[in-house]
Amino acid sequence: MKIAVLSGKGGTGKTFVSVNLAITAKNSVYIDCDVEEPNGRLFLKPEKSVLEEVYTQLPQVLEGKCIGCRKCVDSCRFNAMGFIKNKPLVFPEVCHSCGACSLLCPTGAIFEVKRPIGVVESGKNKKGVQVITGILNIGEASGIPIIQKALVTKVIEENITIIDCPPGSACTVMESVQAADYCLLVVEATTFGFHNFKMVYELVSLLQKPCGVVINKGNYSYTPLMNYCKENNIAILCCIPYQEKLARIGANGELACEKDDEAQVLFSTLLDRIRMEVGR
Amino acid sequence: MKIAIPMNEMLMEAEVCVSFGRAPYFLVYDTQSEASTFFENPGAVSQGGAGIKAAQSIVDAMAEALLTVRCGENSVEVFQAAGIKVYKTTEVTAKENIQAFQKGQLAPLNHFHGGFHGKI
Repeated sequence: MKIAVLSGKGGTGKTFVSVNLAITAKNSVYIDCDVEEPNGRLFLKPEKSVLEEVYTQLPQVLEGKCIGCRKCVDSCRFNAMGFIKNKPLVFPEVCHSCGACSLLCPTGAIFEVKRPIGVVESGKNKKGVQVITGILNIGEASGIPIIQKALVTKVIEENITIIDCPPGSACTVMESVQAADYCLLVVEATTFGFHNFKMVYELVSLLQKPCGVVINKGNYSYTPLMNYCKENNIAILCCIPYQEKLARIGANGELACEKDDEAQVLFSTLLDRIRMEVGR
Repeated sequence: MKIAIPMNEMLMEAEVCVSFGRAPYFLVYDTQSEASTFFENPGAVSQGGAGIKAAQSIVDAMAEALLTVRCGENSVEVFQAAGIKVYKTTEVTAKENIQAFQKGQLAPLNHFHGGFHGKI
């Protein structure tokens, strides 16, 4: 069973919930899709990690073969190509590696070269959690190829796979959520947190994913959120109150479910509730 | 020579648009014939790469100079490759800026931003 953890607003507690669930579920796989700032590994501490390089394709133009028909430039929906002095000009940072230009070139003047954009790291921690981490090189525009690579990891369906998503509700989140059986929406009980929660809720509804809510750093008293969940029939699975001791555990790079008895009960109850929700 | 200017409206007396890549219109003014042509910026509605698309339309319009408030790095790469010179506007309207340019009062733009991409 694959559970995607997402939030909209950054700093809500996706990784906090994800790593604790990964430890609570036995023989689980944890996939960090927050490729711009993957930090689940700081808590899960995988050992003997293996790195796999991830590449993207970049078009190159063979000037001798180019007849200046401009098909490549006009077909690029990302506007990653210009046409200057009868020559196509490629903008690597804008290119999305869709391959349309080389496909449409009538003379075969465009070929694609591999360009490294990051790595996927894989290792097991002492508790037997398989930790997969997507890492995008600094300055790269799109982490999608890294996320795709991280998500092709073979997993055993009966075991739990936790997908720690990037913040926001853009392409990278959509990519991360696609393979999930269930979406866990972590929400912070603030105006900002609630605003972005509505955006991710809209996204998972659009993708027809079943979902449930975890309120983090708060309690059940934020009325707009409670009303919204009630109106839309969204299950609130649990509420993690703000506690200094949890913050302290996190700051030390430790896991709440291992260091704190209450947290241990909380996450195992949460996992049971998710299993129940998915079973329905 | 042909001069291009990003515009908010299709009027010589209208303000120059503060954005280049996302300007709604472009004006191309021919200093020889004194004819002004306006066209819609194809980059204005594009999801990404607006500056490149906009700059391409200026290249295709055969302009030799661009008068603008600002301009991003990608657009500038297109202009440099095409040999189009970019100048910073000092006046409000297109008409005033063209006059200033013709008197040699506009300086080349030498600061190019890295794109706003949703930021303000």
